[in-house]
Amino acid sequence: MPNEISGAEILLKSLELEGVDLVFGIPGGAILQAYDSLYDSPIRHVLVRHEQGGGHMASGYAHATGRVGVTIATSGPGATNLVTPLADAYMDSIPVVAITAQVPSTSIGLDAFQETHTWGIAMPVTKHNELVTETSEIAGAVHEAFHLAKTGRPGPVLVDITKDALVGTASFTGSKKIDLPGYKPSVKGHSRQVKAAIDLIMESERPVLYAGGGTIRAEASRELTQFAELLRLPTVTTLMARGVIPDSHDLALGMPGMHGCYTASTAMQKSDLLINIGARFDDRVTGNPEFFAPHARVIHVDVDPAEIGKIRFVDVPIVGDAKAVLTQLIEIATKRLDGHEAPARSAWFDTIRSWQRDFPLTFNQEEDGPIQQQYVIEQLHKATGGDAIVVAGVGQHQMWTSQFWGFERPNTWINSGGLGTMGYAVPASIGAQAGMPNETVICIDGDGCFQMTFQELITAATENIPVKIVVMNNASLGMVRQWQKLFFNERFSATDLSYENPDIVMLAEAMGCVGLRAETPDEVIPTIEKGLAVTDRPVVMEFRCDRDAMVFPMIKAGGSNDFILMGPEDIT
Amino acid sequence: MSEHQMHHVISVTVENKPGVLARVASMFARRDFNIHSLTVGPTEDPSRSRMTVVVDGPEMEQIVKQLYKLVHTLKVSEHKPGEAVEREIMLLRVNADPKRRSEILEAANVFEAKAVDVGATTVTFEVVGEPGRLADFHEMMKTYGIASLVKSGRIALAKDSKSMTKKQKRTA
Repeated sequence: MPNEISGAEILLKSLELEGVDLVFGIPGGAILQAYDSLYDSPIRHVLVRHEQGGGHMASGYAHATGRVGVTIATSGPGATNLVTPLADAYMDSIPVVAITAQVPSTSIGLDAFQETHTWGIAMPVTKHNELVTETSEIAGAVHEAFHLAKTGRPGPVLVDITKDALVGTASFTGSKKIDLPGYKPSVKGHSRQVKAAIDLIMESERPVLYAGGGTIRAEASRELTQFAELLRLPTVTTLMARGVIPDSHDLALGMPGMHGCYTASTAMQKSDLLINIGARFDDRVTGNPEFFAPHARVIHVDVDPAEIGKIRFVDVPIVGDAKAVLTQLIEIATKRLDGHEAPARSAWFDTIRSWQRDFPLTFNQEEDGPIQQQYVIEQLHKATGGDAIVVAGVGQHQMWTSQFWGFERPNTWINSGGLGTMGYAVPASIGAQAGMPNETVICIDGDGCFQMTFQELITAATENIPVKIVVMNNASLGMVRQWQKLFFNERFSATDLSYENPDIVMLAEAMGCVGLRAETPDEVIPTIEKGLAVTDRPVVMEFRCDRDAMVFPMIKAGGSNDFILMGPEDIT
Repeated sequence: MSEHQMHHVISVTVENKPGVLARVASMFARRDFNIHSLTVGPTEDPSRSRMTVVVDGPEMEQIVKQLYKLVHTLKVSEHKPGEAVEREIMLLRVNADPKRRSEILEAANVFEAKAVDVGATTVTFEVVGEPGRLADFHEMMKTYGIASLVKSGRIALAKDSKSMTKKQKRTA
């Protein structure tokens, strides 16, 4: 037929229509046709070394830019390698679209070469997924995938396209019709509930504003800060919300939870009203929910109705987008105040200030002792003036970075919160740097995490993505080791790694990066200076750190937030 | 009280698309919601299917919300007791040697159970009706020894809002 183009071309044109200019992927048999069309496409393709890397890059890109990240993989193992990044993006509500190829529709179910039941595997780890077997349905499926990924509660969407659909031809109209009769996310909150929320806030004596990742995803940083200021609300930011209100702000109490600041966790625990905007009462925040914030009434704003009442009874539920509802809350509160000041709540603030004074976050870097990770983080912050996007893996280094890096704006803190995916940071930082080429992107990783995905250093080097990677090498799986030290009689079962193997500097050089190493505290600053000066290539800075250092404060898993361990001496 | 009254009955209207049953079943499995029975079939509109799900447990609100999160779900409604017509089918094969056969047939008659297959030593009954009635018949037939039994899942349809029978109690 004239005017018909291949399914592969339709796929690429559909991506263009969504504004995509960068994708992360690796080809294979079933997706060859799409890569043939990509050869002529204006879309930039970053060739990854493993599909997991491509998935996390798409996620890091989405985190940093606020746009939908795209990853492409072939059928079978290509698709199964995407399971971890999809699950990760699902837990943290990151908008990602994964395009996978499937064996020809005539071969499905016959155990064809590189066949796997991709949409079935994707079901529990995606917001939605579709199998497309007709060329004429590719455009619609791609458009719906982007719509689903970025609206409502964002999340990953997978589109699995059979090889014959990619090879076949159909006309392409560029139509943006959406046919999703069962999908209608709420945006604005119910006005009566918004008024009820303001009522509760005005009469509360010990309120805490509990900001979660939803405030970041909804780009509600300005509104959240304004709302906190208007009603003078002490504000905690969860691991997913760091930076939504500047850490230097007078009302910011930092991160609550298992390794949160004493003040943030305790303020929640003693509060009489929790105003939860876009958080989900995650177990890392609440500890045992039975003992969590026992005197607090709860206002819960969430775009996903299923989060409301899932863990904690809610007095005032508001279903809606964080930014839209905060705007409503500000409007009603302004009317209610009618030019007057918000309640001073000086007793509450006095208490909070005394906690901040008595229980600050601390560390001690001895001049001739081993390097402390907190010291490296502090010096990195100093050297960059804090003006960087920081990406972390999972473990001790992640917690210390969240604690000690002062975050001043949203989307500058990227990490794997819900799933806790070791190996996330190297690829996610590459995705962030690719999406934000004019920003300094610093990946802060542990040696355990680093060894899960470091093959993507080659991707960064060959694609000219000059990310700065810090490896906190403590020759161990540090967080697990910490638990073994505290709760398993120092039986360090399978947590020993090595300072020397791999040689991280040689490894970095072998992969086209600059490799640097600091072994003593006095080498920390010069190494950072040298590393930050490299702008034409990725750089890996290895810091040989204290393997016995532990993250505090700490609340035992499943314990009550009334019992916060401030140091090893508090362990009984 | 018969067992069915401890369950919740919900109707789920979904888009009639391949895999939609798997999506619903997978969600129930991963959220650890217990399904007592699940039936799915066509409706008055060929683009839609309706499921009747009978679930255990107290998490009804979460179940409904999680069902709505599935993109292909159009409508979820929970049926309060007496507000829906509920039916199940049971095929029950009971041991019936010739001496007791007439006694069994007579008992079955009370439940409007239809003998659909008669063998040398067994009789197979079909019972269609409200779940409670099936349970009672099942209970009664235990006396004779049940050779095999199969039940459909429940199907339910909300009563007309002007239903003359709406507020009546379940029979049986």
